[in-house]
Amino acid sequence: MDRHRDPLSARAWRAVGYGVPLAFLAFFFVFPLAEIVRRGLGSGGGESPWSVLTDSDTRQVLWFTVWQAVASTALTILVAFPAAYVLGRYEFPGRSAVRALVTVPFVLPTVVVALAFLAILPQGLQRGWAAILIAHAFFNVAVVVRVVGTFWARLDPRVSEAAATLGAGPWRRFREVTLPLLAPALSSAAAIVFLFSFTSFGIVLILGGPAYATLETEIYNQAVRVFDLRAAAVLSLVQLTCVALAVLATTRLEARLAIRGQLRSERDVLRRARTRGEKLVVLASLGGLALFLGLPLAALVERSLAVGGGHNLAAYRALTEPTAALLATPWEAVLNSLVYATGATVIAVVVGGLAAFAIARSSRWSTRLFDGLLMLPLGASAVMLGFGFVITFDRAPVDFRSAPWIVPVAQALVAIPFVVRIVVPTLRAIDERQREAAALLGAPPRRVWREIDLPIALRALAVAAGFAFAISLGEFGATVFLARPDRPTLPVAIFRFLGRPGELNAAEAYALAVVLMVVTAVSVFLVERIRVRRLGWF
Amino acid sequence: MTYRHEAFLTLVVVLPALGLAGCGSAESPKDVVLVTHDSFVVSKSVREEVERETGLRWRILQSGDAGEALTKALLTAGNPEGDVFFGVDIDLLSRALAGNVFDTYTPPQLGGVDPRYDLDPDHHVVPVDHSEVCAIYDRTWFTSRHLVPPRHLTDLVLRRYRGLTVVENPATSTPGLAFLLATVAHYGDFSWHTFWEELRADKVLVTDGWEEAYNARFTGGSAHGTYPIVVSYSTDPAAAVYFAGRKIERSPVAVIPDTCFRQIEFAGILRGARNSKGARKLIDFLLSERFQAGMPLTMFVLPARTGVPLPPVFRRFAPTISHPLELPAAKIGANRDRWVREWTDIVIR
Amino acid sequence: MLRVEHSTVRFDGRTALDDVTLDVGDGEVVTVLGPSGSGKTTLLRVIAGLQRPDQGRVVLDGRDLASVPPHRRGIGLVFQDHALFHHRDVAGNVAFGLRMRNEPAAAIGRRVRDMLELVGLSGFEDRSVATLSGGEQQRVALARALAPGPRVLLLDEPLGSLDRRLRDRLLDDLARLFAEVQVTAIYVTHDQAEAFALGDRVAVMRTGRLVQVGTPDAIWAQPADADLAHFLGLRNVRDGSVVRPEAVLVRVGGGDGNGVVLAAIRQGPTVRLVVSLDSGETLEALVTSLEHPEPGDRVSVEIDPAGIVELP
Repeated sequence: MDRHRDPLSARAWRAVGYGVPLAFLAFFFVFPLAEIVRRGLGSGGGESPWSVLTDSDTRQVLWFTVWQAVASTALTILVAFPAAYVLGRYEFPGRSAVRALVTVPFVLPTVVVALAFLAILPQGLQRGWAAILIAHAFFNVAVVVRVVGTFWARLDPRVSEAAATLGAGPWRRFREVTLPLLAPALSSAAAIVFLFSFTSFGIVLILGGPAYATLETEIYNQAVRVFDLRAAAVLSLVQLTCVALAVLATTRLEARLAIRGQLRSERDVLRRARTRGEKLVVLASLGGLALFLGLPLAALVERSLAVGGGHNLAAYRALTEPTAALLATPWEAVLNSLVYATGATVIAVVVGGLAAFAIARSSRWSTRLFDGLLMLPLGASAVMLGFGFVITFDRAPVDFRSAPWIVPVAQALVAIPFVVRIVVPTLRAIDERQREAAALLGAPPRRVWREIDLPIALRALAVAAGFAFAISLGEFGATVFLARPDRPTLPVAIFRFLGRPGELNAAEAYALAVVLMVVTAVSVFLVERIRVRRLGWF
Repeated sequence: MTYRHEAFLTLVVVLPALGLAGCGSAESPKDVVLVTHDSFVVSKSVREEVERETGLRWRILQSGDAGEALTKALLTAGNPEGDVFFGVDIDLLSRALAGNVFDTYTPPQLGGVDPRYDLDPDHHVVPVDHSEVCAIYDRTWFTSRHLVPPRHLTDLVLRRYRGLTVVENPATSTPGLAFLLATVAHYGDFSWHTFWEELRADKVLVTDGWEEAYNARFTGGSAHGTYPIVVSYSTDPAAAVYFAGRKIERSPVAVIPDTCFRQIEFAGILRGARNSKGARKLIDFLLSERFQAGMPLTMFVLPARTGVPLPPVFRRFAPTISHPLELPAAKIGANRDRWVREWTDIVIR
Repeated sequence: MLRVEHSTVRFDGRTALDDVTLDVGDGEVVTVLGPSGSGKTTLLRVIAGLQRPDQGRVVLDGRDLASVPPHRRGIGLVFQDHALFHHRDVAGNVAFGLRMRNEPAAAIGRRVRDMLELVGLSGFEDRSVATLSGGEQQRVALARALAPGPRVLLLDEPLGSLDRRLRDRLLDDLARLFAEVQVTAIYVTHDQAEAFALGDRVAVMRTGRLVQVGTPDAIWAQPADADLAHFLGLRNVRDGSVVRPEAVLVRVGGGDGNGVVLAAIRQGPTVRLVVSLDSGETLEALVTSLEHPEPGDRVSVEIDPAGIVELP
């Protein structure tokens, strides 16, 4: 592709596209993780690595981890699909609000959501694998709705209409035309949901009950409770191997599924629901989703109001006062969250965006490897990475342990895979002829990139930025380790309140969760808005 | 990508990293850093006061719960993140001492501390506070049903209390572990199995952590809860009044006194501390009457010092547990993992 | 036969199709001619069932299609820009409609071969559609629509995106093909050469309305109004009548003359002359001879009364 262009700038381009993300990842992910695993494997005591591997408990944990992740992914897709369809096909009032609102569950701390689920699930469903799957679907619905919905909104509807005129009924049109065309976005979203479910921690502990364990909970247990670092390291390696296999499979699948040349502008695709049947479909899809997401959220709101035997705003009033639970006021936590999230979003969009451009331009195995590598932080154990940070960045010139910027960096590690997964399918779908046309019209390579790739990617980048922002707002596992106590984020503050006895403390925790919900919805809404106005997509 | 773009990227990605790296590591010797767990709380006024008195800038690093914080300290032994560590539980004491994490220091204030809590003769760590983990019950729940609440540990396995108790998993929760130790202390090393076998047959609910047990399962903590007996702390009756969100005259929860197990929290100077002089001053402060008197209302633990006046809400509503169940720290250290494994086999498998 | 009755479609207050009624007989090819935005595509989408009309109905062989979804109508549509299935190869595209009817694989294979032969793409079965040229994609789209043997074939500017030479060649192919397969077809275009070459009848559309329907000869002989006359290239409009360019006789010399040639443009075998008369009027004339007046020549102009068409 670069054959006929200025070779030097093409090389410089590649160097940046691969170099920056690789350096970032190597330094902030591979390095600390390798360090803690090395330390763990080298530590004496505990069982030998081999006996941990062959232990029947390990096998059982691995089996449960895998199947619950697969089932959670399937359930999430099933639940999210109708809404993704509606967002991908119809224009309706409040469309961007819906896109912002589905993101809310995604950022809530797992503990809070798990407690909300306990309040609404029927007694028989409160414990066990079914509760785990339902909660995973609740969390991850946003991933599928947004990733698939955005892609869907750019598929030429006439392709499906052509199938209709050839005698394909709705189901066959879906199965034989829409689904194959959606496959790249679908596999992207599925990969993310799978990894999140695979490494799920709080949900499994609370909704699964003590009888259920995933690799992630077992790693935590070994590292923190039993302090058998060696077993934790072995399990971490098992987890990473599984994640790497899953990631390689998806990136491979994605490259094969990519179909060029049929993306259109959202404006040409979306239309209003006209017939009664169409309106019913829109209402039913959105209504169903609203019910599924709304019930647990409503339970949260209810609990934030339940103080002193009745319902009132006491907890919200208490939020404005200095509290013993935090070294800062709750409102400072809101501000901290926003500052950290902005930093994490900038890092994730720059690093992830560069990587996405590099990945989309090649389908060599080395690129796929690179792509897979970037996904790994999603599947790595947060607690091991946290420990890795502590023992790696502990000496000058890399004593970052208490540097404030380490928080957005850690959050960006989790957000980068989203940026990559969201942007790559869109870039892959760019018609090569558009690039060629631009080149023939006299645009040098970097200009082609700026005139063709970038504008087309902006939409996807904005969706990714919204996600990165949300992830950062909700990130807890790494943040609680790294954030300084005088600068707590919202989830950290929620957790602190939840850890204290008394009705008011619990209500304040839920009230802060409600604040987090609002902050998330509003900021995601605004992030996406800024783009539409300023960058004038299409 | 033009060179301007690259330069821009360098600016965005690399420069802040370097610049901030500078700020991160630069720590004036006037700083003293306390490494602790999430539950540590100190009021702003107390913090400012200690800074004024000692001329130090007091920074606090919180790293997850007590187990995570100690794990971090063990991993960084010799090159610690801070100067003082607060939050070694009695059940983690032997592990902490074996990890060679602390320097010894015998603060002059130690004379004022109840000698029963001073468990490390070399004073790598010194006791700062204690609290009692107990089974507590929702008084309203029992009164409204005209039921007699349980009075003893042995009552919990009575048929009439079947399905009413929620406990935390000792493998994942500090109070959960304390309650397991309470049963070991009460029944002895062998018959504690029987208690738990019966409790399991009585459909005891096991949660991962205190948050779920208290805030979602316990009837006294949530309107959606269905379990009126929970493993929690002896200070809960006071906390329930203090955080009721309105004025009440009688605490809605009560303690079952002979189920209580004593927790002691220790602090010590981290080996390799950059500011060991400041660290000593900080330990002294943690044991000072000023700090000790503030702990009940900020952290809901009780002072290790004797003769510290308690806040009125504690005097009125929190029972004094004068003879809690106890186990030697060395015995806990030697058997803890085995007990937890056995408990898991009995209650969960 | 196909009948569109009083069909109206409105989009957000704009009327895209305005009370259109059109009959198409069996085996007849009707071309719909009109500028872009005149409602041609909407008309096709209504017939195919992809667009529900706000008023009116579509009747095929006496059956009201209102409740028949697109996939049961047996109406084929060749889309503008083709709308091929990029996730399937050429054979997969052509076979699609046959598979929807669950025909046996062997029959499908045969039919796909026949269709590709018909459109001149034999041997292209395994090619990816993304690698085809515009003309080839066009032929695949046509073969795909024809394969299930639709009752009616709709074509939406199928040659719109192709270059002139390719268009001329495909136009011939299409004319041959329509004759060969005897299909009932509606062909939408903005190009009058295409419309007149292919259509048994031509339906002229403007701003959502059908302006005139008739054989190419009838429309050419008697355009419905001045605008249509102008659209057809009849630019000599005066006093409610149109003067055909071939009826404007131009002679060089022969007295002082009554006008001056402004332009002489060769269009294939004919030359179009633009003449400015001394009266201030401008007329266009068509000359078939090899020799013709040059710009600047003074000429005398007469009009053959037989070539004057009164507008209604």
